[in-house]
Amino acid sequence: MKEVKCECGHINPVGTALCEACGRVVGEEAESSKLLDMRYEASPRRSQNYNRTSVDKIWSFFSSVKVGIWLIVLTLIASALGTIFPQEMYIPPNMPAVDYYEDEYGTLGKLYYQLGFHNLYSSWWYLLLIASIGISLVICSLDRVIPLYKALKNQRTAPREGFLKRQRLFGITETSGQIDLESIKKNLKNKRYSIKEENGSILAEKNRFSRWGPYVNHIGLIIFLFGGLLRFVPGMYVDEVVWVREEETIEVPGTSGQFYVKNEKFIRQLYDQEKDDQVYNEALKKNPAVIKNFQTDAVLYEKKGNTLPGEQPELKQVESHSIQVNKPMKYKDFAFYQTDYKLDEMHKMKFKLIDKKTEESFGKLTVDLYDPKKKYELGSGYSVELLNYFPDFEFGENSEPITKSRIPNNPAFVFNMKTPDKPKGETSFVAIQQTIEPQENNKYKLAFDGIETQNVSGLTIRKDMTLWYLAIGGTIFMIGVIQGAYWNHRRIWVQKKNGQVWIAAHTNKNWFGIKREISSILSGTTLNEPADQLDDKS
Amino acid sequence: MVEISSNLLYIAFVLYLIATFFFAGSIKISKDKEEKKTSRWSLIGIVITLIGFASQIGYFITRWIAGGHAPVSNLFEFTTFFGMMLVAAFIIIYFIYKTSILGVFTLPVALLVIAYASMFPREITPLIPALQSDWLHIHVTTAAAGEAILALSFAAGLIYLIKFVDQTKSSKRTFWLETTLFGLIATLGFIIVATSFSLADYESKFNWVDKRGQEAEAAYHMPALIGPHKYESVTDGSFQPLAEVPALINAMKLNTFIWSLLAGTILYLLIRLIFRKRVAAILQPLVRKIDLNLVDEIGYRSVLIGFPIFTLGALIFAMIWAQMAWTRFWGWDPKEVWALVTFLFYAAFLHLRLSKGWHGEKSAWLAVIGFVIIMFNLIAVNLIIAGLHSYA
Repeated sequence: MKEVKCECGHINPVGTALCEACGRVVGEEAESSKLLDMRYEASPRRSQNYNRTSVDKIWSFFSSVKVGIWLIVLTLIASALGTIFPQEMYIPPNMPAVDYYEDEYGTLGKLYYQLGFHNLYSSWWYLLLIASIGISLVICSLDRVIPLYKALKNQRTAPREGFLKRQRLFGITETSGQIDLESIKKNLKNKRYSIKEENGSILAEKNRFSRWGPYVNHIGLIIFLFGGLLRFVPGMYVDEVVWVREEETIEVPGTSGQFYVKNEKFIRQLYDQEKDDQVYNEALKKNPAVIKNFQTDAVLYEKKGNTLPGEQPELKQVESHSIQVNKPMKYKDFAFYQTDYKLDEMHKMKFKLIDKKTEESFGKLTVDLYDPKKKYELGSGYSVELLNYFPDFEFGENSEPITKSRIPNNPAFVFNMKTPDKPKGETSFVAIQQTIEPQENNKYKLAFDGIETQNVSGLTIRKDMTLWYLAIGGTIFMIGVIQGAYWNHRRIWVQKKNGQVWIAAHTNKNWFGIKREISSILSGTTLNEPADQLDDKS
Repeated sequence: MVEISSNLLYIAFVLYLIATFFFAGSIKISKDKEEKKTSRWSLIGIVITLIGFASQIGYFITRWIAGGHAPVSNLFEFTTFFGMMLVAAFIIIYFIYKTSILGVFTLPVALLVIAYASMFPREITPLIPALQSDWLHIHVTTAAAGEAILALSFAAGLIYLIKFVDQTKSSKRTFWLETTLFGLIATLGFIIVATSFSLADYESKFNWVDKRGQEAEAAYHMPALIGPHKYESVTDGSFQPLAEVPALINAMKLNTFIWSLLAGTILYLLIRLIFRKRVAAILQPLVRKIDLNLVDEIGYRSVLIGFPIFTLGALIFAMIWAQMAWTRFWGWDPKEVWALVTFLFYAAFLHLRLSKGWHGEKSAWLAVIGFVIIMFNLIAVNLIIAGLHSYA
């Protein structure tokens, strides 16, 4: 590759096809070809100029459209691969991923897991691909937009013959005597062309802004990708789940104790064949349990002032909202979404103290499974002490009672029943459907007397400060895409030369459109329509 | 109201079918240099198409009123809407380029799409909470419109290839072109088989063992060529499976797929036997007069018009709604990923158009691949890959 010297004496950089000084067609390739490569106005780009240092090499690598397309295609294939089996976030949480993929999908599933495809979209190589696309976007755009801008800004109103001849649309009309270009100018103006004139040569141009479309949309994409990166900055992003029982007020995770949320009521409704629109009947017969709505009537509190650990915070109500799917509660930067629920979770358990033989009752007690008391007074000298509580009871390895979790899925209790005739009390182990007595000769018994259940609502708490960047990036991207796709940059050159009229035209796309436009502009004149020089080939 | 609605859809279907013949007729006559007659045939063709389209709009509106929500909430409704948008895209391009040949190829594809849609359950379904949003019609209609306009480039690509590919000798090109056409014929095969067995009320039940080792029941609506894992026939005297598959594979879907291929193959072989030519060679005279540069430009233009609409509907509106309904704008759900794949594919297409040598034939092949990706996202992602979007 070497510099290109023009007849006029100007030395042009490598890759030049039109002399920067005089506009002659220069360079062996351009001179020998029938049509000019007009993609970037035949101007040289940085990536063609230098190729010496490693920076230049990286620059020219990422500036290549071919490399860009390969990156797009590789990302495309990788993305598709990730949908063969579900990603880890979508598999049931109660099973380790290593077993799940093999059990569900056999050997292929195992291979999928081993290759790390179960977390494909957060793998280093996928992120590397996305990052490379980002770099390619920046470099590709800079490499092209600057020379393109310069070339269009400095374009000649009256280009030379070689330039006109090498346009795809080109034609010559022989004229005898005078020809009036005024009517053509009028027609061009009617088609909203802006017109420049120089010694009887006309350059009509429109929609040049369409050429900037690709660069605008690339800027939008870069902002969008940058917004995606910001998620990893602390404080920008919160994603938490909280389970709130009805009537419960709970600290909102992810807000450092600033907010508390109360679930006043949880509602779940199914579609009803009787009450809902008859038009759904046929569908509901096939599948009767279709959820119509689930919602939490929630109240949001903000903490006032500072509190010491353990101190009850003073709360101020700041928002109340019926949270439904699609209708989150929003306050400041936080949004509260209805995402899950559990119906009829055990909440309170009732017992009555009876004499085993006579079944005479000496009083009732209700144990709040989330907040059990140490002692329940039944009056007249009767009381029950709660010695131990296992919310989610099972027998441990040495067959001692343990609890699996703090959620009362299978509550069990060790009670001590104190009565006037047994002042020391009798101990009893009570679980659902079973009672174990250490002494096996208790006089009294705590008989099961019913349960109270409660609905639990699963709320997702989100704060996403990156959304603004994404929205701005997305908007700019859309503007750029539309700008580039729905308008065409068109230019028409008309020149008078020794009794001939030369017409050449160029558009960046949509050649049939410009041909039709030229034919309507030239109608009523004696001038020939320029021919499509691509058609000659066939 | 529901009945009026389905009648309007039926009328639209029949009108599109008639319009196809008028567009085809306009091409046959043009060989006889009767320019006036030609334009009259295609004029009738486009008028019938417009009436059909109006009728389908009528279907859409009446169903919306009857159901209380935009009819784009299950596979039948969405696929029908996609067919309608395909016709709309054709109408727009027809008025820009005045090419009847495009009708001969687009309308049959739209017909296939609508007929295929009606193979899914057609009753009006109530909306689950996640779908109760105005974004349902905003997002789904824009996405479908974008996909339909992109799909129009497939019709253009097909026309290009049918004219361009040399049918005098067999080559890789003829093979892949026949494969593409076979895909369309196999869809027709599926529609014929499914309709016949459903008219005959065919059902046979099997007990089988699923992958967790549990007993399950399967009701086939086509004779079971492929039986489920460790099956046991429940229905007396029904057709017995020829083979059995492991529990990992969905036997019923595989069975339907094999039936479609079988029917498609029989149809295809019949056509080959009768005409003694490749299907593309049979169609070639229709496109003889078409200007290849023009078809190439129509294809490119469709992508240019469709790409921004698709991006807006299937990615941007989708993200806004996902942020509201699912708490996050993007969650790598299979449908989301395939929308991204479609986006990346057409982005690559648009960049390739900048390079020399990718106009014309190569563009046409890309348009075919693009259509395959769109159809995969439209149908296969819902039926094969389980995800948040599989509500049909």
